Amino acid sequence: MKAGPNLYIGGGIILLVALLAIFAPLIAPYHPVTSANLMYAEEPPSMQFWLGTDEQGRDIFSRIAYGARISLFIGLAVQVMNTAIGVSLGLSAGYFGGWWDEFVQGLTGLMLSIPTIVFALALMAILGPGLPSLLIALGMTDWAYSCRISRAQVLTQKSLNYVQSARIIGFGPLHVMFRELLPNIAGPLIVVATMGVGSAIIAEASLSFLGLGVIPPNPSWGGMLSSAREQLMIAPWVAVFPGLALFVTVLGFNLLGDGLRDLLDPHGRTRR
Amino acid sequence: MSDTLLHRSASQDAEALLSVKGLKVHYPVRQGWRGRSLAVRAVDGVDLSLRAGQCLGLVGESGCGKSTIAQAILGLVPATSGHIRVDGHDITGGRRADPMQLARSAQMVFQDPMSSLNPRQTIREILAGPLRLHGMGNRDERDARVQEMLRLVGMKPDAASRRPDEFSGGQRQRLCIARALILNPKLVICDEPVSALDVSIRAQIINLLLELKDELGIALLLISHDLGVVEHMSDRIAVMYLGRIVEEGGWREIFTDPAHPYTRALISAIPDPLHRDQAPERLRGEIPSPLNPPPGCAFHPRCPVAMDRCSAGANPEFTTIGPDHRGRCHLIESELQDA
Repeated sequence: MKAGPNLYIGGGIILLVALLAIFAPLIAPYHPVTSANLMYAEEPPSMQFWLGTDEQGRDIFSRIAYGARISLFIGLAVQVMNTAIGVSLGLSAGYFGGWWDEFVQGLTGLMLSIPTIVFALALMAILGPGLPSLLIALGMTDWAYSCRISRAQVLTQKSLNYVQSARIIGFGPLHVMFRELLPNIAGPLIVVATMGVGSAIIAEASLSFLGLGVIPPNPSWGGMLSSAREQLMIAPWVAVFPGLALFVTVLGFNLLGDGLRDLLDPHGRTRR
Repeated sequence: MSDTLLHRSASQDAEALLSVKGLKVHYPVRQGWRGRSLAVRAVDGVDLSLRAGQCLGLVGESGCGKSTIAQAILGLVPATSGHIRVDGHDITGGRRADPMQLARSAQMVFQDPMSSLNPRQTIREILAGPLRLHGMGNRDERDARVQEMLRLVGMKPDAASRRPDEFSGGQRQRLCIARALILNPKLVICDEPVSALDVSIRAQIINLLLELKDELGIALLLISHDLGVVEHMSDRIAVMYLGRIVEEGGWREIFTDPAHPYTRALISAIPDPLHRDQAPERLRGEIPSPLNPPPGCAFHPRCPVAMDRCSAGANPEFTTIGPDHRGRCHLIESELQDA
């Protein structure tokens, strides 16, 4: 059990982004939507506008701060949904075995064979843009890894006598799965879930970039990138700063995941 | 109430705390893809009975089906046929019938104490969890019961707030015994309870089990491949070979007058420090596959005194040798006829 630099760097980044998101109304100098003023359109970074302004004259720093709320909320909520689905399916498949295991395995293989973003795109096309459909589309498409990992972990644990003991004492399958097995397999799942937050943030940005996610003018990093691409040559800061925010946040989650893995499982240091 | 008690004691069968009749556990296996379906006859017609305060030693090599009997009694595997009664309750239906009643009737101590306790729970959680599940007592009463059990198995009270990784193998086995006893079961099955322990710890655990058996009046079903351990603990002994009991009797009968050649071979394999020069009667070969048992007496391919008739026909039936002693061997039949 040793906390490496990854844990602190990743954790530090996430903490900063989280503070930015939570205190956005206090930190942001302008309102992210209503501050539009074409007088100040596409101003480069200055003392007045720290990171410049976009094509409608809105302060980019303020929009990034408010966009962090969307990104973090979507990333965490989506990953909670994915993990809940994946762990429930994986735990029950590994514990019960039989036809249920075969069914879950087949479903997992199917999910893995379709790229998550394509699946989410198809769902968004059906559900229409907006926050609720974004949560559904992303929260139900990326559970295959946590499912596989929890199933494999259960298979190694369930033959151990403490699981048998719990059954002999009379505990039902739900207790055995979630109270006896889950705490013993939580380590790798926490790592996968943490790294998955990064992927979920990217997926949200991608969908918003394509206009299927957060509806403009509400600020989201993907949406900012999308509207900035037409002025990339004349006002690069409009695209660079939201892109940088996205990059740093995802890096933070990946480093945090790496650090957690080193902390929780000192033996396996293989890279995913 | 007194009527039922009288009625019970009148019946020989109900007197036994554990009564297993004609138990068969067969596992279906399929050979190859769409091959024919065969049955592994893990347990093939076993009768056992055990009274309160008694210890029955179930002996046999690995793979003879002795652990399967334990699993069938505890309802972890379904019985193919036969009947199991514990403390007057028919538990043949296993966990599907009434898992809670089953849990209060029979509990188990495993071989490996290291993997038997959930590493993420404190000892208090491990011991009080069963009480809470079975609705026994309020919080204070449960705590008192946990302390009582810890004292009973010779652990300090402060063990309750610790986790399993803070204890040695012997201490963990004591905790496993405490967990097995906390619901006040009538029957405790010990599957190789000391095989994973250091030699120096074994005697302590064996003595603890014997003390608790006498103090609480529980019945012990001791499963072991080690006749040395069985010799110390058991009142009665049943020797198993390939899913069947081949010899059964009281301690004295089995250890002073073993009748079956397999029992003799097992007993001669107990190390005897006084007669080191005596080479044990070694068994040749391996236990045969229960998928494809040999014809005739299942033991004949390895039997040092096998006769022609042993390799033909069906498995020999039980021959009664004494009031509490019977065995399945053609040799016993002919010896008794000669006498």
